[in-house]
This record gives sequence, C-alpha cells and structure tokens, in this order.
Amino acid sequence: MKEKILTKNFGLKNNYKIEVYLEQKGYQSVRKALKEMTPEQILEEVKKANLRGRGGAGFPAGVKWGFVPKVDKPKYLCVNADEGEPGTFKDRYIMIHDPHLLLEGIIITSFCVGIHKAFIYIRGEYEIVAQRLEQAISGAYERGFLGKNILETGFDLDVIVHRGAGAYICGEETGLLESLEGKRGHPRLKPPFPASIGLFQCPTVINNVETLSNVPAIILKGAGWFCRQGLPKDGGTRIFGVSGMVKKPGIYELPIGINLKDIIFKHAGGMKAGKKLKAVIPGGMSAPILRADEIDVKMDFDSLVEAKSMLGSAAIIVVDEETPILEVLKSLAKFYSHESCGQCTPCRIGTSWINKIVKRMIQGKGKKEDITAIHRLANNILGNTLCPLGDAAAMPINSIVEKFSEELESTLSN
Amino acid sequence: MSPEFSEQTKKRIKEVISRYPKKEASLLPVLHLTQQEFGYIPIEAERSVAEMLGVKPIRVREAITFYTMLHREKMGKYHIQVCSNLSCSLLGAEKLIDYLREKLKVEPGETTPDKKFTLSTVECLGACEEAPCMQINFDYYGNLDKKKIDSILADLK
Repeated sequence: MKEKILTKNFGLKNNYKIEVYLEQKGYQSVRKALKEMTPEQILEEVKKANLRGRGGAGFPAGVKWGFVPKVDKPKYLCVNADEGEPGTFKDRYIMIHDPHLLLEGIIITSFCVGIHKAFIYIRGEYEIVAQRLEQAISGAYERGFLGKNILETGFDLDVIVHRGAGAYICGEETGLLESLEGKRGHPRLKPPFPASIGLFQCPTVINNVETLSNVPAIILKGAGWFCRQGLPKDGGTRIFGVSGMVKKPGIYELPIGINLKDIIFKHAGGMKAGKKLKAVIPGGMSAPILRADEIDVKMDFDSLVEAKSMLGSAAIIVVDEETPILEVLKSLAKFYSHESCGQCTPCRIGTSWINKIVKRMIQGKGKKEDITAIHRLANNILGNTLCPLGDAAAMPINSIVEKFSEELESTLSN
Repeated sequence: MSPEFSEQTKKRIKEVISRYPKKEASLLPVLHLTQQEFGYIPIEAERSVAEMLGVKPIRVREAITFYTMLHREKMGKYHIQVCSNLSCSLLGAEKLIDYLREKLKVEPGETTPDKKFTLSTVECLGACEEAPCMQINFDYYGNLDKKKIDSILADLK
C-alpha cells in the first residue's frame, strides 16, 4: 500500500497555522531527530533512503550533505523555492498547503549538517506564498521550533524568507547564491561546489523545497519504508504537475517509477475532449520532448535518461495534435533567449539567434537551411556554458528538430 | 529632487539589513521595499540604497537592470502580467494577450494614458494547472477567457 508523503495534509484548512499543524501530530519528526538521533544517524538514514533532488538534477541529498567539510566557518542552508521551470508548480502547493512540513525538513537538515542560518530563496512572483511562509515561520518561532535552544537541545536556527525578483537563472544553485549575495544571478564556475565554498564563501547546502519536505517522513518511518514508496535506488514519491491539453490538469503525488501513460490517461483524465496526443514534455521545459509513441515510459531519473529525456522537475506538459510543433519550438526559443543570463557567449548569442530564426519561420519566411542552422546553433551551446541553462535550452530544441523534422520542413517557404 | 523614504520604510529597511550576515545581501529585499514605497525605483533612490548598504551605486544599477520585477519607470496602478509560456499558450494565451491589447489600447510593455494599467507578457508564472493565467500586481488569476478578463478588470477601480 503506497502512502502520500507530501500531499497528505493538502485538503486541511489553515494548516499553515502552527496549532492546526500540531493537531496533525506535526513536528514529531523534528522531536525525534533532535532528541533521539545524532547528526550522523540522520545523515546515514537520508543516504539510505536514496532521496534524489527534486529540483531537476536528481543528485542524492544525503551525499550532498556529506560533502560539507567540518571547518570552523558558518554554514548555510539555501532552500531553492525559485520555482521557474516552465510547467512546474509543485513547490507552490507545498509552501501554501503544508509550509510546516518544509520547515521540519529545514530544521532536521540544518541540525544534521550543523547549520544555524537557513534562507528560503523564493521567486518574487510568489509574494502571497512568501507571506504564508512567514506566517508559518513566526508560528514555529513562538512554539520554540525555531530560534535559540530549539526544544531545549541547545540547537539554534534562524530561517529567513528571501524574495527573488524575476530571473529563471536564480534557480540554478550558484546563480541563486550570487543573487542572495545581492548581485546579478550569474552562475559560478564549478568546482568549487557550494558544499565547500558557497554563500559568502562558506559551506552551503542547497536543496529544493520538495526534496526537503521528504526528510520528515524518512526520519519518522525510516529509509526502508521510504524506498518502498518508490524505487530502491530512487526512493519516495514525486509530485507530478500535469498541464496542457488534459482533462484534469493539476498535481498528482504518485510513486516514483509510475508509467507516464498512466499519469496522463488515468490520473489526469486523458486528453481534453476531441484532442489527440501529439507529444509530451515529461520533466519541465528543459526536458527533451517525447513523441506520442514514446510515452510508455517509467517516470524515474534513470528510465527517462534511457529514453533520452529527463525527469527534471516532474512537470508534464501535454501537447495535442492540432498544436503546430513550431508553436512549441517558439515557446522554448523565446523562453531561453529571454532567460539566458548573458554571461556565456554561446548561450547568450545562440539562444537569441535561434529565437530570431524561429520567429521568421512562424511568419512563414523560413528557409530550408534554417532547420540545420537551429541544430548547429544548439550544438554549439551544448556543453559550452558555465551552467546547465545552455544544455537545458539546446537539448529540448534539438529533440524537436530531430523528432519533428518533417513537420518543420512542411512549414518552410521555398 | 531626491525622493524621501518614509520613516516606516526606513525602519523596515534597517530591520531587513540586520537579518543578513552581510549588508549587501539585503539588496533585493531593500529594492523591493524601495519599489513598494515609490511604485518604481527612482534613479536618486539607487544612490540612497547604495549608501545604506555600503556598496558602489553601480552594484545597485546592475541588479535593477538584471531582474525583470524591478522597474526604473513608473508602472500603472495595476500591472497586468500575462503568461505567454507553453502551457498557457497551448490553451490560448496569445488570443487573450491580443484581446487585452485591443481592450486597453496598449502594446505589451506600455501603460494606459490614465496610468491605470500596464500590460506585460511574462514567462511561466508557476500556475500552469490553471492555464491560461495572469498576475495583476501580486494576485494570480487562472482559467482565463475573455469574459473572465472583462469581469476582473471591471472590479479594479
């Protein structure tokens, strides 16, 4: 029997209020972690749970925490709530419907790594969500779950909500750090990785909202239980966000490894009336597109890599047969040329040229060499930039050019 | 004429700065407060912010010109931001943008002469389950059609 880990309290009214959350036996996990476990035991449990990063990259959270060196410097936690990947809205749901679940994850993670200051970097557009978080945080301070000497264990932690100001690139972890330091969100060259040199040159853990929200359940129910909810090497559930041409767009918390077809046709109600499936973007806009005949695939990190796409943020965008593929390409090209931070030439110039070419094709002035030019430009971005935004632009654009070449060619004027 | 921060905002800025391990890290929150106070970030305020944070004025300018939510010009009373990304455009965002252009008689990026509305197109707002969607100031509106837009705008005084 699979259980809900992240969305179990979503229907509950006023759950952001600490008294309501406590009635649901909230903060039990924090009590257990801080009072009955050592940081080493927590780390071991999270490692065994194979909790992989829900922001997109899928890096195991426990391993990431383990990289933090034992040095005599302040350490920081940055919660990545800069949810900007097109198609993605899951973290907004967690922060609105169960903000204390996230706070529990933050407290346990900070205790495990020896952190006394955590920042929640939330996208500026989510102002209402940020206010909700701040209400939850002040409740947690009042009841002694945050601040000095938490639960009389001698452990101190402050949490600060930090609003971004409209830049997709700040969801990239080193762009986020630069932004949090009061600069443009220009990603840093890695290595060094943030775990050793991060915020203000200090060791820093950066985790996505959904990733941290899984930690309380791992502590309460154990790594073995957590793995059984998903796959042995990819534990737990995912909140799949489905949008586009389906009957019931929304969020669905389902076991990792569930079939994409089932998510679309069973859970999201199938295609909108009279529409036929053409293609699916399975993991946020950065994920290479799948044709209708390719969607019989398991939704876990490794299976989607095998299918030459990626699970990313588990945001599923469903495209119907009537939508010209050129429209999808236009959205992609426009987005990445707008959001490229401008630091690396291949990405800054490449995305902008691709966008110009696609615009011309939309106007019916496309030439035969345009399709090869898009392909060539994308390949010149691929692997040639500091951060993954370049690849995130090139890979889905290439997938469309390769999989829908006939349709694209049919739009060309001669 | 240099714009003056109200005493209340000055107090909030001080409080915000004190929460960060380094002053300059509070740049974005301080700029948000500045924008709340004046409706945009006046050029003179850039210098005041730089002084408060102990950074060079160019650092403040760099941030303002990088982040799309920070404005160097006065916006309309209501800033209508329509998502034009994929999930919304699949469900007709483009037609809604055209409708708003005709209704308000402005192009995206422009403000109506009475300074009531500024129209913008934006990238994904993170509300794709309610596509097509838009944000007016900080409020979200989803599952839009022309009729719904009419009634939302009619309620904005």
